[in-house]
Amino acid sequence: MKKIEAIIKPMKLEKVKAVLKKIGIHGMTVTEVRGFGRQRGHIEVYRGKEYEIRFLPKIKIELIVKDEEVEKVVNAIIEAARTGEVGDGKIFVSSVEEVIRIRTGEKGEEVI
Amino acid sequence: MKNLKVSLLTLFLVFSFFIKQGLTQDVSSINSGDTAWLLISSALVMLMTLPGLALFYGGLSKRKDTLNTIAMSFVTYCLVSILWIVYGYTLSFGADVAGLIGNLSKFFLKGINLNSLSGTVPEFIFVIFQLTFAAITIALISGAYIERLKFSVWICFSILWFTFSYIPVAHWVWGGGFLSKLGALDFAGGTVVHINAGIAALVGALILKSRYDKAIIPHNLTLVVLGAGLLWFGWFGFNAGSALAANSLASVAFLNTNTATAMAALAWCFTEWLMFKKLTILGLVSGAVAGLVSITPAAGFVNVKGAIIIGLIAGILCFIYVAYVKSKLGYDDTLDVFGIHGIGGLIGATLTGVFADPSINGAAGLLYGNPKQLWIQIIAVGVTVVYTAIVTAIIFGILKIIFGNLRVPAEDELVGLDETQHGEKAYNLHI
Repeated sequence: MKKIEAIIKPMKLEKVKAVLKKIGIHGMTVTEVRGFGRQRGHIEVYRGKEYEIRFLPKIKIELIVKDEEVEKVVNAIIEAARTGEVGDGKIFVSSVEEVIRIRTGEKGEEVI
Repeated sequence: MKNLKVSLLTLFLVFSFFIKQGLTQDVSSINSGDTAWLLISSALVMLMTLPGLALFYGGLSKRKDTLNTIAMSFVTYCLVSILWIVYGYTLSFGADVAGLIGNLSKFFLKGINLNSLSGTVPEFIFVIFQLTFAAITIALISGAYIERLKFSVWICFSILWFTFSYIPVAHWVWGGGFLSKLGALDFAGGTVVHINAGIAALVGALILKSRYDKAIIPHNLTLVVLGAGLLWFGWFGFNAGSALAANSLASVAFLNTNTATAMAALAWCFTEWLMFKKLTILGLVSGAVAGLVSITPAAGFVNVKGAIIIGLIAGILCFIYVAYVKSKLGYDDTLDVFGIHGIGGLIGATLTGVFADPSINGAAGLLYGNPKQLWIQIIAVGVTVVYTAIVTAIIFGILKIIFGNLRVPAEDELVGLDETQHGEKAYNLHI
């Protein structure tokens, strides 16, 4: 099992969700996050004074998938979230040791 | 027989009661329309401080300093509410002593009873109407000091500044003191409220020095708009209420207030749009407040054309001052109390001497053949500026001796004043 964490532009969330649903993913966790990478910040003006806002709002999507689904999911996210400009975000893939359903105590891939 | 006697007696008592009532009403000259309007106006001006100004300032502050900012307005309103009836009213509106201060004849509202009148309204309502003006003046200053001042220092400052700056200036201009004898025009508080507060804001900001993080990035612009909207709404009581009657003068003041405010909001945000290529909501709101301030002294003296020009000039100049001049000077008046209330007040008080139209309220300004009025306005402004600047500096000098440090420790400022001064947070994650 793998965990896929995707940091994407907030405006792309609905599209990514729709694409993932289409390929059979029926669960995910979404968080509003802030950060900066190569896009750096942007400028906001308050009462005629310019401020560099370094932490930009992003959306973090987390989902756990079976090993063989990773490529399909990653490609779907890339396709939906890409604009081609700096600031499109990143995807991190890592291994997951165990998944447990709280209601029943069941374990393993079937729980996902 | 006995029943008849009782009935007759009752009838007699009832009649005599009505006759007595009728007589009292004949003797007094209470105007119920004026009284009703002043009751409403007082509540409207109260609404300007709480929650209007508190939310306007609170939304502009950093998230970690929101409650502290709100508390400054709230505590001041409560303090002034008590002090005003104890000695504030009598020193401001008691019988004049040498043109400088009122006497103590009405200490603790002594001698004021249900029959006391102020013009055509009960004196009690005049007392509270004026109280709400005193309270908001001091609350206005807080915007310049937020995000660094110790709360205990603020409480002491409120009391001292109310006593030694607000009360004398209110007496000079409205209470029969030397500026009113000179003929200075200030319909609803351009000098007494806004220049007074604006100068105190500037002097205090210079003494307190800059915050560690000098930004003003509003943590909640929605609250700012809500607060400013309540200020605009309450300002109808402030300006139209200052006619002290429900009459045509109040109606003109009401109309002028709305006109200048709308004009200044447009002027500020269009100037900003030209310079920075975006129309901002903070620009609209800040311009509206600049307009409200600048029309305050003029509301009951100028016609609507005057109101439009005053609003236009205030919107443009306050923006240019805040955006360009202030950053060159480098002082840290957190929420631009001087830039908006000081500059807006100066513009309004001066231009009242230009645009005062004798057909509105008898007084003529420069444009109506009375250049002397402009000169009188400048004297009134100058006296207020100098006096308030000196008194504010002395008050902070005394507070520095008493408290040692006027500001919270550097670490507390970084953590935020809500947590360190009050042990609370404005926004909690607790589901």
